[in-house]
Amino acid sequence: MKYVIMFTASPESEASLSTEAGQEVYGRVYRWFEENAAHIVDSGAELQPVHTATTVRGGGVVVDGPFSEAKEVIGGFSVLDVPDLDAAIAIVKSWPMLELPDTSVEIRPMVTDYSQFEQ
Amino acid sequence: MQEDAAGSGARESARPVASDRVLAAVVRDEIGVIVGALARSTGSFDVAEEAAAAAVEDALLQWRRTGVPARPGAWLTVAARHNALDALRRERVGRRKALQVAADLHAAGDIAGRGSHTPEAESFGSEAPPDERLPLLFGCCHPALAPEAQLALTLRAVVGLTTAQIARATLEPEATVGQRISRAKRKMGAAGISLGIPEGAERADRLDIVLTVISVMYASAHLAPERGAAADRDLAEDALWLARVVAFALPDEAEAAGLHALLLFHRSREPARAAGDELVPLGEQDRALWDPALVAAGHAELRRAADLRAPGRWQLHAAIAACHADARSPADTDWLQMLVLYDMLLGYDGSPIVRLDRAVVLAEVAGPAPALAEVDRLGDALARFHLWHAVRARLLRRLGRLAEADQADMRALELTANDAERRLLRARLGRE
Repeated sequence: MKYVIMFTASPESEASLSTEAGQEVYGRVYRWFEENAAHIVDSGAELQPVHTATTVRGGGVVVDGPFSEAKEVIGGFSVLDVPDLDAAIAIVKSWPMLELPDTSVEIRPMVTDYSQFEQ
Repeated sequence: MQEDAAGSGARESARPVASDRVLAAVVRDEIGVIVGALARSTGSFDVAEEAAAAAVEDALLQWRRTGVPARPGAWLTVAARHNALDALRRERVGRRKALQVAADLHAAGDIAGRGSHTPEAESFGSEAPPDERLPLLFGCCHPALAPEAQLALTLRAVVGLTTAQIARATLEPEATVGQRISRAKRKMGAAGISLGIPEGAERADRLDIVLTVISVMYASAHLAPERGAAADRDLAEDALWLARVVAFALPDEAEAAGLHALLLFHRSREPARAAGDELVPLGEQDRALWDPALVAAGHAELRRAADLRAPGRWQLHAAIAACHADARSPADTDWLQMLVLYDMLLGYDGSPIVRLDRAVVLAEVAGPAPALAEVDRLGDALARFHLWHAVRARLLRRLGRLAEADQADMRALELTANDAERRLLRARLGRE
């Protein structure tokens, strides 16, 4: 099964990545990607900090944000291909940044069967 | 009893009758194995569970009229496989699976001929193969599902309750329970939740969820505002049965034995818990009514758990329950021993409920004043919980603060939905 894993953090913990401790975690993040390479079908992307975000709403309204009061922001994503949810959870549990405060990873199964859209 | 308006007219026949209890026990011994096997052959928990649930509904209706067939397991297996086959034929993608189920259906006829299932058969024999219900149970209690969904799925797929029976037991509208079950099953399929017993480091955490669901199942039995003829299922009995299934299937797991022991001790007090419709608090129960066979079984199971040398919270809960079971009168209770056990339990579970229970014991060891101080510290967390107010009232009364005690009992009265508990609280208020 394919899963998108979304790395989320609070804006504060995102900012703490520029510190020395943050840099140390970064080193282990690279190793994490190497160790799990067999199950990562798309390394996805790391996103620029949330203050660079722009949102388009209904009616074509363009706004700055999500605003900083958001408790959780997405910092990046990857795509896993593993047998089941338990396998995905096992890999995600070793994500080094989970040591940082207010950090979490959301696991979402990908839609791979489009038969519902066929006529 | 609560009856869903939409469901009551359409399925008048689903109304409970007394003989359902007997049928339920038969269904319970068979259903988990059927769901587990069908989930394997169809590759879909949803199809398997739906097919088995429909077979149970049919069985309840038909067996009421014709009596339980000689081989109820075979009857249910064949009915469930037919349902699964129909469901797969309806789906375009299911044709290959349908062939597999059709082949299995043939084999099921052979099993029926051999008569491997009899109503008297124990759910686990002495040289039974690994219990197929366990992977199913761990799947239903997966942490990616909400706790209410874990309980509802377990009741339907592993214990064999109908949606209507679950709704009556958990005091919710049938439509709510039905939606919860179908949503949970959709998530199991879509998110790739597998049926399996986790190995290694995951095992203990996942087992604890399973044991928690079983203990909630036991506690739910005492939620119903009224029991009696309308209660076609006894969830306490179902929970004790399931605790036993798990303890036997995982003989090396001390905590599984711990929960089984705990529920045996609880169950031993059931005959003394109520006089007529009135609840009798533990301290006032006629201990001669406690079931000595269940107490002995609880002790034996707790000793078996202790021999495995892997302590945990369920074993501590059971050891605390054993202290009550061993006391010939409330005055004879070893409160100090209980307090020590509660202090150990706090190391595993520091929840406000455990601290409240500990405060009750503390009152017996150190008097009502320090106990009340501890209870008051829990106010923020438990102010909406009727037992917090009831415990507080009892301590205030012992301290002679009668007006405050009445106030607390009134608050408890407002917060409880259970008629028997309400009458008990009212009686206490009237006693002044």
